[in-house]
Amino acid sequence: MSGRRPSLRSAIGAMLAKELRLELRAPQLLPAMALFSVATMIVFHFSLQRDAVAGSLAAGVLTVTLLFSAMLGIARLFVADHEEGGFDGFLLAPVDRSALLIAKAMALFLFLVIMEVVAVAAYALLLLEPAAGARLLGQTALTLLLADVGIAVIGTLVGALAVQTRARDLMVPVIALPLLVPVVIATAKLLAPTFAQGGAEALPGQWLAVLGLYDLVFGLLAYGLFDFLVED
Amino acid sequence: MPETAVELEGLTRRYGGREALADVTLSLERGRTLVVFGPNGAGKTTLLRVLATLLRPHAGSARVLGHDLAREGWAVRGRIGFLGHQPLMYRDLSARENLRFHARLHGVSFERVDALLERVGLAARADDPLHSYSRGMVQRAAVARAVLHDPELLLLDEPTANLDPHAAELVEPLIGRSSGRTRVVTSHDPVGGLADADVALGLRAGRVRLLADAAAVTREQIGELYR
Amino acid sequence: MYAPRLPVWSVATLIALVGGFAVAAFVAPMDADQGFMQKIFYLHVPLAIVALVGFVFAGVCGVMHLRSGEPLWDLRSYVAIHVSLILGIAVLITGAIWGRAAWGVWWEWREPTLVSFLIVFLLYCTYQPLRFSIEDREKQSRYASVFAIVAGAFVPLNFIAVRMATPYIHPRTLDAANENLPGWMLGAFLLCLLGVALLYVTLWKYEMAHKQLTFRLRALQRRLGGEVPTTRSAAPDLSL
Repeated sequence: MSGRRPSLRSAIGAMLAKELRLELRAPQLLPAMALFSVATMIVFHFSLQRDAVAGSLAAGVLTVTLLFSAMLGIARLFVADHEEGGFDGFLLAPVDRSALLIAKAMALFLFLVIMEVVAVAAYALLLLEPAAGARLLGQTALTLLLADVGIAVIGTLVGALAVQTRARDLMVPVIALPLLVPVVIATAKLLAPTFAQGGAEALPGQWLAVLGLYDLVFGLLAYGLFDFLVED
Repeated sequence: MPETAVELEGLTRRYGGREALADVTLSLERGRTLVVFGPNGAGKTTLLRVLATLLRPHAGSARVLGHDLAREGWAVRGRIGFLGHQPLMYRDLSARENLRFHARLHGVSFERVDALLERVGLAARADDPLHSYSRGMVQRAAVARAVLHDPELLLLDEPTANLDPHAAELVEPLIGRSSGRTRVVTSHDPVGGLADADVALGLRAGRVRLLADAAAVTREQIGELYR
Repeated sequence: MYAPRLPVWSVATLIALVGGFAVAAFVAPMDADQGFMQKIFYLHVPLAIVALVGFVFAGVCGVMHLRSGEPLWDLRSYVAIHVSLILGIAVLITGAIWGRAAWGVWWEWREPTLVSFLIVFLLYCTYQPLRFSIEDREKQSRYASVFAIVAGAFVPLNFIAVRMATPYIHPRTLDAANENLPGWMLGAFLLCLLGVALLYVTLWKYEMAHKQLTFRLRALQRRLGGEVPTTRSAAPDLSL
């Protein structure tokens, strides 16, 4: 027998490398998410009839834009595998099954971060009124990183649930959006002082705690439940 | 090492409201080949997938390589090679990349990947994406994937369906009778299938209609299954 | 056979509900600002509390189902969500009526219980469509349990987040209610809460009994060799 049982870490590493390689070779998620976010900002400009936004309005516009772009990514997360015969290839391997979804969540997190780099840059150029200084960018980065963990976890769970259904593209936003409301609330509450008219103000600590708690609870829950979504 | 590679008793697997496999009982010794016949929907693929631990039995017992599938499925993975209707590889990646991915999941060295690519005659095109391959080439790559980790039991769903004679020759020592491995093979070809096997199983509507030594089975008996 | 003591539960529910509402309507003091319509509060808040607890209970049933693999737990989870959804519709309607009577609006964003309830309600509305679109029964049950668990954990988190987000300018009714519930008001409230809780349990038992009986019937029909038409229901079919 020329094989041995690979560890969870190497299984995750192999899956993650495969996800990234696939996305580089045949981009599905990233261009769509990035383009969609910029298009959404244009729509906001016209629908709100504003040239520039600040404060809580700016926070809201960015949060909505990122959230809906994320929905696109989540819907597509499992499609490639589903088309190529599901997870059978992975399921036949002598590895811990949760490696699959952990790797998917990590990949989604990375894609969200990359998309947000583009989106925030575009936002600063197109719609954001306050100047994009170090403090504004730093606080935005912290907020979005925390939010992305939650979106990645929920997105992987919902994506895995929805890929089995017949109306996949409808199911994902309909289930994911209510689940992400706490993330939306916290993100908006954190970005509003960041985008304040007169310059970035301090972050309200309790909302960072809310994001952290959300990430922790659902992260642990997802880790425990992933197995049941991959079996059979 | 157990003498019996596969031991099924009353194996049942449901799908929706009907039974895809019902009360299947058989046993297969190491190193022997079981050929499975039956019309579409008879349960051949389901049987293979249960043996591959991709599906769990709903009733009855299934022991593969000495382990109970319902409780110790994880112990058997890595010792089974599965070749289904789909190649289980990503079309946008090359054969080498796909095989290396599976190698990492099975703890197999990259040298073995290269060696297998040679053996199935894909070394020259190993770095081209799979979507540029012909059906026969994809099938050969799938064969390489199936035997990458040197499995003791092979589960093959119509393995030579897309292969020309030359390609079939190339893969014979890997997945054929001469490989010496225990094999469960589905087939629609009575003559070739029987010649290649030790035991023959005929399924219809999920039930066992025929189970005998391959040498003793006639073409007419196989034909009856499809009536 | 499937629902022992169902009549007992029904009677107890009836007594508690009628008693609770009688106390609320006639004995408890009238609210100075809102008048008689404030009495809707005795119905609306208990309904909300019981429905939310029901959702969390469904999540617990989901955990039990995943751990044991017993389809009965999946049925319990399904019925719990179903009954909670029914109560939920009542929550939203009574909330709207109360809001209209008390503050002249059909919807009030500053009522965090109501707002978080709307979000939870929208989430659980996806439960049945999700079940419907997965054809394999076992997979459907498993996925439904995962959903019930995630959604059940979501209920308290969501409530906390929405509550924190709501500005404290407008007097929050639940808070206000808890603080200024003197004597008979508190008594009436607790009695109504008991009544609604009993209502939930009784409805749950009724539906469980109904479903189990249907499945038993179907299983027997199948055994007799008859064709059993499968009905359009998202509920896990235990006869299989």
